[in-house]
Amino acid sequence: MNAPPLAAPLRRTLSLARKETFHIFRDPSSILIAFILPLILLLLFGFGISLDSNTIRIGVVVQDARADARSLVQAFAASDYFEIVTAFDQTALEPDLVSGDLRGLVVIPPNFSERMRARDPVPIEVVTDGSQPNTAQFVANYAQGVYAVWQTRQLGDAALAAPAAITPQPRFWFNAELTSRYNLVPGSTAVVMTIIGTLLTALVIAREWERGTMEAVLATPVSRAELLLSKIVPYFLLGMSSLVLCAVAAVFVFDVPFRGSVLALVAVAAAFLLPALGQGLLISAVTKNQFVAAQLALFTGFLPATLLSGFIFEISAMPLPIRTVTTVIPARYFVTSLQTLFLAGDVWSVLMPAIVKMLAVGGFFLTLTWLATPKRIA
Amino acid sequence: MWQRIGSLIIKEMLAIWRDPKGRAVILVPPLLQLVIFAFAMTMEVRNVDIAILNLDTGSQGREVEAGIRGASGFDQVIQLQSVSQIQEAIDSQRVIAVVHIAQDFTRRVEAGQSADVQVILDGRKSNASQIVNSYLSAIISRVSAAAYSGGTTPDAIRVRHWYNPNLEYAWFTLPGLVATITLLTTIIVTALSVARERELGTFDQLLVSPLRPLEIVVGKSAPGLTFGYLHGTFFILVAIFGFKIPFAGSLLALYGAMFFYLLAVIGIGLFISAISATQQQAILGAFVFASPAVLLSGFMSPIENMPGWMQVATQINPLRHFLVVAQGVFLKDLPLADVARNTFPLVLIAMATLPAAAWLLRKKTS
Repeated sequence: MNAPPLAAPLRRTLSLARKETFHIFRDPSSILIAFILPLILLLLFGFGISLDSNTIRIGVVVQDARADARSLVQAFAASDYFEIVTAFDQTALEPDLVSGDLRGLVVIPPNFSERMRARDPVPIEVVTDGSQPNTAQFVANYAQGVYAVWQTRQLGDAALAAPAAITPQPRFWFNAELTSRYNLVPGSTAVVMTIIGTLLTALVIAREWERGTMEAVLATPVSRAELLLSKIVPYFLLGMSSLVLCAVAAVFVFDVPFRGSVLALVAVAAAFLLPALGQGLLISAVTKNQFVAAQLALFTGFLPATLLSGFIFEISAMPLPIRTVTTVIPARYFVTSLQTLFLAGDVWSVLMPAIVKMLAVGGFFLTLTWLATPKRIA
Repeated sequence: MWQRIGSLIIKEMLAIWRDPKGRAVILVPPLLQLVIFAFAMTMEVRNVDIAILNLDTGSQGREVEAGIRGASGFDQVIQLQSVSQIQEAIDSQRVIAVVHIAQDFTRRVEAGQSADVQVILDGRKSNASQIVNSYLSAIISRVSAAAYSGGTTPDAIRVRHWYNPNLEYAWFTLPGLVATITLLTTIIVTALSVARERELGTFDQLLVSPLRPLEIVVGKSAPGLTFGYLHGTFFILVAIFGFKIPFAGSLLALYGAMFFYLLAVIGIGLFISAISATQQQAILGAFVFASPAVLLSGFMSPIENMPGWMQVATQINPLRHFLVVAQGVFLKDLPLADVARNTFPLVLIAMATLPAAAWLLRKKTS
């Protein structure tokens, strides 16, 4: 193959790519993976996963019937964070805390009003359901907030001037209301594209090895580069179309702002598809078996893209060995890039290193695949 | 009849154990999940960097700075020189938050006036930045309390976290894993069982044997039940002895509820198995069921946060109900009445899925 006519490799690659496309559309499980699963996942991540605790049900135990205690109960009832149930006796509400119907109890002690008037510090007590640590943390923080605001107002009324205090003024850039959907929906694109890039590719090509049709292709004058390219192109296009689907759904269905440029989005996604496809090709070339390929793709592709990409769980909080593993997970860089593109804009100091790292992992996978693909049947 | 079922069960167990693929399915995923879920799943914030822009030269600004430097949650505290550096530090995700102390900070505090500390956080990480914000607020209120002599600062509330005093995330994850791992194991083992026989062609032999469809269903349920219990027990042991999580409730209640949970899952697994032609399709079917089941169970994010229609939809998810039992019995010593209340939907699901699977198997045969 020193000086082939330029058209022949191209023609061969194209017809192989066409054949590959037929493979994808012929099998019901490919359709399932390519079209149905992404939609399901997008809906689940868009609607189902939400880390914003909008209203938490708590119980308020009021052992004091005077005006101050009543006004504090009012403050809790008026808070957007809580939906409250009141009782005079803590034991009446404890079973609901055990069963999970309530996520916390606020206990206002019997002598609350008197001590409040006497400027005698009376800490109200908050009991949370620690079996849900994240919610428990929110209950504690929000209760503290409600109490502090109420107390400042009460004392202010009494002394006719709010006491001086140092107040933190938090401002959340890019996502002022802290809507977790704004981070999760762009991040879920990485999961969807992993499914198409890695799982679908691994399965369809493994089937070809399993059935022996790959050997028939290898027996033709097609070269290794043409073969790999013909496998990459259809899945690349499919992956890019899923990107379009995800991005359109994110902006128009889930109302996520898009502050970056389309060009940067395409560049980042293309850079991600290289390692994703490379991983799928490598799995199929190594296993040559659909069943094992499906398992491997799920456990080395889908699971890390969901759990170890920083998409739901913060990478910085993981133990060092797992943090080290995440540095070679391309989805990690893709999730960061997506969140930045959607919420912050084209921040090249984030995007550039991400693209370089994804391409490096992709190059590594493709090289291994190249080596694992026999040039001719032995 | 019992003898026939007995021998079918033995055959089913052998079929899984003799197949290297079957063994891999049983041994590898749980261990991998233990590592990934138990260690990676955390909502805590650790090892994050933070920046301070302190334009104040007085003592109060230094107090705030010292408070932040002394906090354990932050890895590095970077000193910024000017307002223009804030954007770069946040945009590039160099730090998760910037604490900005204005020039007149000490002057205002010493004059007895209120003062603000501006905290800029990276909203791209909404959960982490919210937690960092609460750390910083706590530090700043401590400084505030010490800053004004004779002034009244809001009293702190006294917080007690029941069932998990230090709010360790592993106490949430591990009991939850008892429920999720058994789901994954059982669904895969069961989904593969009929599909494997179809692929090998032995399913027809099973059908011409004197076994009735119901007996086949019972025989096919046994491996899922056995391995579900084995994996469940393994994770209970890991939680108690590996992670030192106190087991508060009744083991009997947990195992009892697990029986109906596994039956419900087996029904779904057999259903998937009956409609798949190959093992590959069965494993994908199991995956298509399992990912929504895990995502919408309350394990990844609270059910209360979902839209109303989706909360209703989660009722058909067996994991949702058993998760309450597993976490509740483990940490809260969930009373029997509550265990029963959450087990009842599992019984209903099993009563719907098992006969449906038996019907589908019979239909496919005729």
